[in-house]
Amino acid sequence: MRNPLSDKVLDIKPSGIRKFFDIVSEMKDAISLGVGEPDFDTPWHIREEGIYSLEKGRTFYTSNAGLKELKVEIARYLKRRCNLDYDYNHEIMVTVGGSEAIDLALWAMLNPGEEVLIPQPSYVSYLPCTQLADGVPVIINLKEENQFRLTKQEFLDHITDKTKVLILPFPNNPTGAVMTRADLEEIAQVIIEKDIFVISDEIYSELTYTGEDHVSIASLPGMFERTVLINGFSKAYAMTGWRLGYACAPRLLLDQMLKIHQFAIMCAPTTSQYAAVEALREGDEDVKQMRESYNQRRRYVVKRLRDMGLECFEPYGAFYVFPSIKGLGMSSEEFANQLLQEEKVAVVPGTAFGDCGEGFLRISYAYSLNELKLALDRIEAFVKRHMPEEKGE
Amino acid sequence: MREKILNVLEKNGRISVHDLAILLGEDEIEVANCIGDMERENVICGYHTLINWDATTEEKVTALIEVKVTPQRGMGFDKIAERIYKFSEVHAVYLMSGAFDFTVIIEGKTMRGVAQFVSDKLAPMEEVQSTATHFVLKKYKDHGTILVAESSDERMLITP
Repeated sequence: MRNPLSDKVLDIKPSGIRKFFDIVSEMKDAISLGVGEPDFDTPWHIREEGIYSLEKGRTFYTSNAGLKELKVEIARYLKRRCNLDYDYNHEIMVTVGGSEAIDLALWAMLNPGEEVLIPQPSYVSYLPCTQLADGVPVIINLKEENQFRLTKQEFLDHITDKTKVLILPFPNNPTGAVMTRADLEEIAQVIIEKDIFVISDEIYSELTYTGEDHVSIASLPGMFERTVLINGFSKAYAMTGWRLGYACAPRLLLDQMLKIHQFAIMCAPTTSQYAAVEALREGDEDVKQMRESYNQRRRYVVKRLRDMGLECFEPYGAFYVFPSIKGLGMSSEEFANQLLQEEKVAVVPGTAFGDCGEGFLRISYAYSLNELKLALDRIEAFVKRHMPEEKGE
Repeated sequence: MREKILNVLEKNGRISVHDLAILLGEDEIEVANCIGDMERENVICGYHTLINWDATTEEKVTALIEVKVTPQRGMGFDKIAERIYKFSEVHAVYLMSGAFDFTVIIEGKTMRGVAQFVSDKLAPMEEVQSTATHFVLKKYKDHGTILVAESSDERMLITP
């Protein structure tokens, strides 16, 4: 029999998270701080709208780009929150989670051999999706000393004449880093000068804790026509299982993304789309409350980690803390494995998000305060046991 | 800061001032002072425990009584309300808009006990015109907390 498999697919490394997941799954009564999704249930009024749409028998396909009502609400939302003007009719499409949108954007933009700049540590799908779309991933290793933001110099250092796309994953999973308006302006200037495009993954845009609203790079002068903006409902409205996201881009790009979506997916789930309309119309207060709750827990986790002697830069976005364990003389994976064996607490090694995540852990604070306390007590015991004695005194 | 403190305390009265200060990113002493002020000003009126008595062996009945009254000259409703709320059986008293004047919530050991309170104490009051007593059969949700639900974390242990 011939080999049924594609060389391209075989070349793709399986997700580092998957391996760790298998170990954790076998551990009975482990407590986890390893989840990348909200602990809240979807607010009831949103779920209720989904149920209602089922009762009404709205069980058919929607148009490929999504329900008109939903696209209109997305356009209004982006105007209200980011001062962006997208035409709902030609510049917005609804996707199966933000992850589909990432994939579509790469397919639509890349010719074989063109380079995609991927800042890491970052979400696990950018690199394999680039490879599948015949692009060449070029990793930019972000640094803790820059609070894991992308600096202009780092960006410039990786640009070649093959560079086509920059992925901009902020607010960032796993580091919690955010880019300020000033940071983005520097990046935007280079993008325009060097004639590059951006896929801006803003799925955590509602979860920032700087006191200032999220800034989308698409709203900066000259950037609208160069940006594919990706967002969704999973994080802000605690709707991960509904699988609903969206992409916004100039028509030139969006038409091609829509073409792929039309053949591969048809349309995003109809029930989820109806629920999402309600989320955008009536969900602002829910988001505000969840954000405040995350922010409180964020402060708690950062304080506890610092008090136990782990260096931890202040994360201002998403719901992750990314402490350094470099003082303990073990690798991220060793730390995560031993912590699991000895204290039955699961955290994700930073290396799951790129090689430069070595020496760090991703700790999610999408858990109740009591769960966080319990888990952090155990981490503290573990760190005390393994922290080398201070020299001298 | 007050509002933020209250929002946390309303859901978690047992949290320590130390932890509360961390959650809010505020100074511990300032938080303690602020709580002290609010206790003195009766903004914080107590720290109670939300108990689902149905889950215990203790027998309890709760009744909601609609009360119509004749307000007194110069005193309005406040004086009558006071005469009602001073009874220890009375759990809550609210002045209402609409078809009746007060909602009175009574907690007693037995239905007979509650009935006796209504017929002996409440109904005979001079200002009370009429009462309508409704017994609570089952409490599903109280003080914003769902009493009947079991919650479990159904998320996978590790996700990207």
